[in-house]
Amino acid sequence: MSKKRSIEEINEKIRNGKAVVLTAEQVSAMGKEMTPEEISRRVDVVTTATFGPMCSSGAFINFGHSSPPMRMEKLTLNNVPAYGGIAAVDAYIGATETAMPYDTYGGAHVIEDLIAGKDVILQAMAKGTDCYPRTEIKTFINRNSVNEFFMFNPRNAYQNYNVAVNSTSKLKFTYMGTLLPQFGNANFSTSGELSPLLNDPELRTIGVGTRIFFGGTHGYVAWHGTQFNTGKPLNEHGVPVGNAATLALIGDAKQMNTQFIKAAYFEKYGVTLFVGIGIPIPVLDEEMARRLTIRNSQIETNIIDYGSGNFEVLGKTDYESLFAGEISFNGKKVRTAPLSSVKVAREIADLLKKEISEGRFLLTEPVALFPTTAGLNKLDIRL
Amino acid sequence: MTSKRFVLTFSPDATGEPITYNLIKKYDIMVNIVKADVSPGKIGHLVMEMTAPPAILKKGMQYIRQQNVECEPIEKKIHCREDLCIHCGACTAVCFAGALTMDRRTAELLFEPEKCVICELCLRSCPLNLFSIDID
Repeated sequence: MSKKRSIEEINEKIRNGKAVVLTAEQVSAMGKEMTPEEISRRVDVVTTATFGPMCSSGAFINFGHSSPPMRMEKLTLNNVPAYGGIAAVDAYIGATETAMPYDTYGGAHVIEDLIAGKDVILQAMAKGTDCYPRTEIKTFINRNSVNEFFMFNPRNAYQNYNVAVNSTSKLKFTYMGTLLPQFGNANFSTSGELSPLLNDPELRTIGVGTRIFFGGTHGYVAWHGTQFNTGKPLNEHGVPVGNAATLALIGDAKQMNTQFIKAAYFEKYGVTLFVGIGIPIPVLDEEMARRLTIRNSQIETNIIDYGSGNFEVLGKTDYESLFAGEISFNGKKVRTAPLSSVKVAREIADLLKKEISEGRFLLTEPVALFPTTAGLNKLDIRL
Repeated sequence: MTSKRFVLTFSPDATGEPITYNLIKKYDIMVNIVKADVSPGKIGHLVMEMTAPPAILKKGMQYIRQQNVECEPIEKKIHCREDLCIHCGACTAVCFAGALTMDRRTAELLFEPEKCVICELCLRSCPLNLFSIDID
């Protein structure tokens, strides 16, 4: 008899220290021996995680008012421009922002430096108003001196992602890493069977308000992420083939840890941010358990040509082959390389498992679920 | 027999001795040139693999150094700040020499500098800029 349980029932077990919590990798292995029905009876919560480069990230900061006060308009942090078109000492620093094209230090580094507790130079200019007379400022700020410092990432935790190859005769430097000429390598970037949105592909348990592990602290799902797309074809295991759903995340950067938030630079592309995310998934019923047993061999994605500039789909492969180090493609063996750290993702899944097992992390019911049909608009050039 | 890779650094005033020829003819060392960048009047580098019994290899290295040419095992020339590595694997994408690979079980980066051929692609591919090469 299949058992169904509510999030509240699971939380009660967590509070009593009786919840059975496993990582998604453990449940994938379990799925080879046990039926989803058996797993749904034995397991309460499954932890998923990812630690990869997520460019669409950034942080809001409120610097506090100086005397006399200022409405900062143009501002930089360690020479990296931040957006000041909000009032008056609020700003948004985007991870990929740099002072100059191809600078190797950018917004992601500013965020990491602030999380590390370092001083950062704030410079700002303003026209000056009767109520905000100051026109310029230069000072140090740090994590403790500012009022709020919270990360708000518009697009994180992609549900699946492309494999990048290069068909041209030239070496290409991309956000998918360095691509050797003539299909010399194939780069991919998810944690596969450990990845959050691949374990709940229909987003039954992840929605607005879901509490998560975020950069070393607890954060929340704020909204569906930008470029959220439910229109990708599903494979026979119900997993979208290619990049589909995304999450917008929010969390207190003052509480984050640089072990799980790491600035990075991709040659000739620019600056990005490795973000550590962990999401617990409640085993509500047999169907949820079946989803959670998904294995790397059952998750497929598209092989895309990042060299030619037209992003042509050239084929399809699965994560078992990708993690094994080699895929067969165009009748040729191609070496594969990850860009997302499974080692750190495992650490996150284990940390979250421990927190839940010890009753320090309770699960949340989504306040609102995400759209079930959402496609992508193209940008038409109309001028 | 032992195979080892070395970086030979030629000063601009290094002797004009045919070093590789002598290593082969006089010492019976199997020489495989992996990379060469030697120009008259400049500091030059030669990356090569030498295969011979250990005692012969040692004599070969002594001979090279007598010619005013620096000879260092390759692992002393390439460095990775492994304590800062996040094990993303981006460097393994470009390492066709097999010095940088992922351990499939632990998902950790395996760095075997003795397999390096100093192609320098990892220097540009590590998102955390953790590699450096000790060659002028």
